[in-house]
Amino acid sequence: MSDGDVETNSNPLGITSNLVVVAGKGGVGKTTVTAVLARAAADAGRRVLVIELDGKPTLDEWLPDVEVRHISAASSLEEYLLEHGFGRIAKRLTKTGVIEVIGTAAPGIDDLVVLGKIKQLERSGEWDLIVVDGPAAGHAVTFLTTPAGLRNAVSGGPVGEQADDVLAMLADPMRCSIVLVTLPESTPVNELLETADAIRTRVGAELGPVVVNRVDDGPVPPDPDEVDVGRATVQVDDARAAAAFRRARLDEQAAEIGRVDEAFGDAVRLPWRRVARLTVDDIAALAATPESETPA
Amino acid sequence: MSALADVVGRSSVIVCCGSGGVGKTTTAAALGLEAARTGRRVVVVTIDPARRLADALGLAGGLTGEPQQLPVEAGDGELWAMMLDAPAMFERVVRSNATDADQADRIVANAFYRNMATALSGTQEYMASEALYELHTDERFDLVVVDTPPSRNAIEFLEAPGVLARFLDHKAFKLMMLPTRTGLKMFSAATQPMLRLIGKVVGSDVLSDAVAFFQAFAGMEVGFRERADAVATLLRAPDTEFVLVTSPQHDALVEAAWFADQLTSRGYGVSTTVVNRVHPRFGVGTVADARTRADKAAASGREQLAATWANLADLRAVADLERAEVDDLLGHTGSPVVEVPLLPTDVHDLDSLAHIGRHLFTDG
Repeated sequence: MSDGDVETNSNPLGITSNLVVVAGKGGVGKTTVTAVLARAAADAGRRVLVIELDGKPTLDEWLPDVEVRHISAASSLEEYLLEHGFGRIAKRLTKTGVIEVIGTAAPGIDDLVVLGKIKQLERSGEWDLIVVDGPAAGHAVTFLTTPAGLRNAVSGGPVGEQADDVLAMLADPMRCSIVLVTLPESTPVNELLETADAIRTRVGAELGPVVVNRVDDGPVPPDPDEVDVGRATVQVDDARAAAAFRRARLDEQAAEIGRVDEAFGDAVRLPWRRVARLTVDDIAALAATPESETPA
Repeated sequence: MSALADVVGRSSVIVCCGSGGVGKTTTAAALGLEAARTGRRVVVVTIDPARRLADALGLAGGLTGEPQQLPVEAGDGELWAMMLDAPAMFERVVRSNATDADQADRIVANAFYRNMATALSGTQEYMASEALYELHTDERFDLVVVDTPPSRNAIEFLEAPGVLARFLDHKAFKLMMLPTRTGLKMFSAATQPMLRLIGKVVGSDVLSDAVAFFQAFAGMEVGFRERADAVATLLRAPDTEFVLVTSPQHDALVEAAWFADQLTSRGYGVSTTVVNRVHPRFGVGTVADARTRADKAAASGREQLAATWANLADLRAVADLERAEVDDLLGHTGSPVVEVPLLPTDVHDLDSLAHIGRHLFTDG
């Protein structure tokens, strides 16, 4: 950890925007990173709101004292319609699934109403930090490019205005940044590089720190060829094979983290907790040391 | 013979399902490769817009919307691969159902149709099921392996054949059809509260595109429904097999277990579950064994040796945890579980695929 990171406590991972969207391919641990960011900020006394888009209960379990809101396209559209003077019919429409037809007539309007809702929460000033557990990587880019696409398709009107407002938020690095999450393995890193490129060129949003999740922080076992293991037994062979295996995995990991660091500067490492399932305590432990992991 | 060797030997369709990032594409490629090795003519179709299948198959030039034969050593067998081009597939489906070329042209040129072909939730899954059906009836192939789209709700693939039929049953669609049925003009549609609302939200141009689409579609619903039924029947055929793919991580296992239950309750059944990237166990000894030896080595001042035993204990503990999770979450499904160990290096090409194949197709 360098001396320049003293503000880490009040701004976890050095994030300075009000809104953070956490994105990455399926299975890399977006929800973990969302929880860690929220935990660190809440522990530093900041007013934190977490937004979840899939209806999964994990974040409520991991962050018992932080406000977690579950936002869906249907609920956002209903709210949007209510605010635009369609009170009586709004509920019935969303219940009958008209959003599917509207979403097809103007693709992305479901994403836009969700982003519009997020923007409204961000503007309210009620929170110092809003963390969004974003959609999976492929969808993240679609999700974030929606307003630009819709503004071209629908000029003016409430949808056009909404798109403009959301675009202004996404483009302002003081208001919004995107935190990308990956694993220290080749396919997730390849996807990370593609997603980062798409977000820079097609969304025009600020990329926050990149987080490498589930980093094996060692220790590195000694080279089996250089350790005197005594008389060779079945167990000794197992131990030597395990050492060779871990060393190869750690080499692979170091190479992949190297690619991430080269592309984005020093990525944040979240250590691999060797448990079957992360608990509230694991999240707290990860949040307490988000910057403490140094490259192996 | 292992359960999976049996599956690739006798089935005519294999559907690989699972959440994103669990190695579904690689598994589909390994199944295809093995089937080709046993003399079958196989086509692997991926829906993944990323280049993962091409990567997995060592195909530098990438995949296209048409099947390409791969240069693999497969004796009499053949391995082909393609990537789903959903909009092109959709157009083919429209053209084959249209009463004449005019109707097809009107639909394909419509903005609402283009949105539907590219952006309607479920379209990819729907077109994947269409491609599956088309390839199944293609005489060049005797096995189709489908790598299903990563979707938040993997069950969408099974319901996909009905997506358009359900969409056409939608109340809004019926309202939009009303003007043609009653001979009234567009303006009467605009007096419907629901359509007026849609128009206010998305703009009147967008609404008239939608109305024009639904009107142009008139008469084609029957063909679409029949096709949906045929695809649904194929998915339930006795020689269609579902292979569930997961990683040993908790979330992926929870989703896999849920999906297995869904498949079973809908009468499909999971033929095999593949758990990818399981930590190897390194022998039959216990974690405690290795720890005791580490402690003994440390006590006698042999630090390097102690670290070697401690590492064995660590890795065995991880492997045991993963196996306990797999048993805990998948045990009740009753489908055979095949584990593919995490390799010391990541999989990139055909050689590594063959390595995975060895784990999939030999009895452990």
